[in-house]
Amino acid sequence: MNLHEYQAKTLLKDLGISVQDGVALKDMMYFDEAVEYLQSKGITKFVVKSQIHAGGRGKGVIYKKDKPDEIVVEGGVKYMGSDLAKAKDYAEKLLGNILVTHQTGSEGKEVSTIFIAEGIDIKKEFYIGILLDRSVSRNVIMASTEGGVEIETVAEKTPEKIIKVWVDPSVGLLSYQARELAFGLGLEGNVFKDFLKFITKLYDAYVKLDASLLEINPMVISNDDKVIALDAKVTLDGNADFRHKEYSDLADTNEEDPLETEAKSHNLNYIKLDGNVGCMVNGAGLAMGTMDLIKLAGGSPANFLDVGGTATPDTVENGFRIILSDTNVKAILLNIFGGIVRCDRVANGVVQAAKNINIIVPVVVRLQGTNAIEAKEILDNSGLNLISATTLEEAAQKVTEALA
Amino acid sequence: MSILVNKKTKVVVQGITGSEGTFHTNQMIDYGTNVVAGVTPGKGGNVFTSDKKTSVPIFNSVKEAVIKTKADASVIFVPAPFAADAIIEAADAGINVIVCITEGIPTNDMIKAYDYVKNKNTESHSVRFIGPNCPGIITPDECKIGIMPGFIHKKGKVGLISRSGTLTYEAVWQLTNLGIGQSTCIGIGGDPVIGTRFLDAVKLFNEDKDTEAILMIGEIGGNAEEEAAYYIKTNVKKPVIGFIAGRTAPPGRRMGHAGAIILGGKGTAEEKIKVMKNCGITIADSPADIGITVKKAIEKFKLKKQAVSGSSVKKKAVSRKQVLKNNSHKKTSLKKKVS
Repeated sequence: MNLHEYQAKTLLKDLGISVQDGVALKDMMYFDEAVEYLQSKGITKFVVKSQIHAGGRGKGVIYKKDKPDEIVVEGGVKYMGSDLAKAKDYAEKLLGNILVTHQTGSEGKEVSTIFIAEGIDIKKEFYIGILLDRSVSRNVIMASTEGGVEIETVAEKTPEKIIKVWVDPSVGLLSYQARELAFGLGLEGNVFKDFLKFITKLYDAYVKLDASLLEINPMVISNDDKVIALDAKVTLDGNADFRHKEYSDLADTNEEDPLETEAKSHNLNYIKLDGNVGCMVNGAGLAMGTMDLIKLAGGSPANFLDVGGTATPDTVENGFRIILSDTNVKAILLNIFGGIVRCDRVANGVVQAAKNINIIVPVVVRLQGTNAIEAKEILDNSGLNLISATTLEEAAQKVTEALA
Repeated sequence: MSILVNKKTKVVVQGITGSEGTFHTNQMIDYGTNVVAGVTPGKGGNVFTSDKKTSVPIFNSVKEAVIKTKADASVIFVPAPFAADAIIEAADAGINVIVCITEGIPTNDMIKAYDYVKNKNTESHSVRFIGPNCPGIITPDECKIGIMPGFIHKKGKVGLISRSGTLTYEAVWQLTNLGIGQSTCIGIGGDPVIGTRFLDAVKLFNEDKDTEAILMIGEIGGNAEEEAAYYIKTNVKKPVIGFIAGRTAPPGRRMGHAGAIILGGKGTAEEKIKVMKNCGITIADSPADIGITVKKAIEKFKLKKQAVSGSSVKKKAVSRKQVLKNNSHKKTSLKKKVS
């Protein structure tokens, strides 16, 4: 699960990490109240930040929600100094409109929350990232003096500017490793000491939150020599949800495709794509393979859909419904490899599901494995407009024919 | 005739009384796997009776099961919150092959379990951990540890390694229908942290004299396929065939498996295929062609082998001049190595 900047900062602050202070709001009626609250804490300069699950907000463009061609303002994050009237005007332009960045795709994302934060005078910016290094099965902490820039760009152009330490899970982050990072970033004096505390707490937070990504870009040294997280990007490991029930309300369904959210409620793993052939498959690897097969057959996959180990009539029916709500779909390929699941049972499920839904596009059904022959008979005798196939090759061919 | 498991393997099922554990213990026993014990804490002393009336004693701990039954392999069906503990328990009890089927284990738990198991390996004791989130391992006609359908397999000489479940069954089924059997099939799992990587499994198959060809079924995410490919290039003389799922997968989206994600432009199918091809691995472009690609690669390899043994006969007949020339070439290349 991806968190918004303001959510991540709240969690990090609770764990003793110094973050840029601020207040999140979804409605302009709370703007003055938010500013007053921040002023009461001695804050006199302000930044207004759009909250969406994508990077590149500062360089993004805000478009009008009902007129997608009309630019409202350039930049999804702005420093406003102490000009509150200007800040309010800008905030109004953000809320409810669409922010397009290089990470959102051209459709952009609606800004439903903004974060009013303290403006900090910055001496220097750094990059800090914590994530799993799959090649060694350990967490790695990456730090760089190239803050505020995308780390992928740094890694490509100047990899020597990224310092890495790998954490041994049996002992955790060690002091010498924290110092290695601090020396590597060229820190000195009190800032050096502050950074050691900052990075130690940050790694602890990564573990405590069960994060799969914790990125502080930039971490800054303020003019008064404080180490502060100016931005925070946190992704939580969904597999650890069971021990973090308190985080379940942090999910922002506005950020998800409504079809994907609906699929999830039926225990289906669905990802919408922009092709013309819908597919429904048991197992993630075979589902990806099926998408590739559709492409090779001359189509383009409209989705990824894994119905899981057991393809019951209910899951098949819900799967068809979700695929068909995408109007781009011109054909459907149902690909089930029956192992422990018997194909004849799946076939009966398909027939039952097809009778309940008005399927308006050709459906190629490929059932293979246990009782595949019986399954083909059931489908062929069902009187339904289904195209049955037994091998993958045949399935691909029939999809091509269906598209022609 | 196989790697890691065979008809002598004695299996303990961790989580034998759960619904998954019960169902698959029956399937494994039906296949002929020697299931010697089950573990469910609190149910020690009871007996698991399979559908076909085979009795399996249940113990409270893996350690007890190992002492009483000499089990040397374990299969884990324990729910995700307790799975990492179950893996470590198996390693502590002296199990040699640990197979974890459980899906959805938190990554931070897996990092610890992986590290712990790795450190249990000594000169006199080896532990091989497979999974999690995998179908398991099977040596056809001998031992099935996991959830794969047994009947699709056929005994033979292709070693198969895969990150996927049903896609593996698809590939196995294609092989079997072409009359190509398998030495051992390992599902290494689709998670970002796994006990046995492609590289580990490739090394095992390379050393197994009865495995004649290796099939790798990978997918987007990470660089484990590339890591194995580089090893294959310099160390493996057997034909290696590969397929990578997810050419059409969009970046930044997790395609079902936690590990199947393209991040920062890394881990794409194109990248993997390019490296694998450069390392001499034959790639099946379509999932429908995996079986036939393996068949052709093996045939081609055998023809090449024949051609090579044929050409060495020819070499004997080359002129003395040529031999001298060849020798002087050898000397220079030696020099190069020294410098």
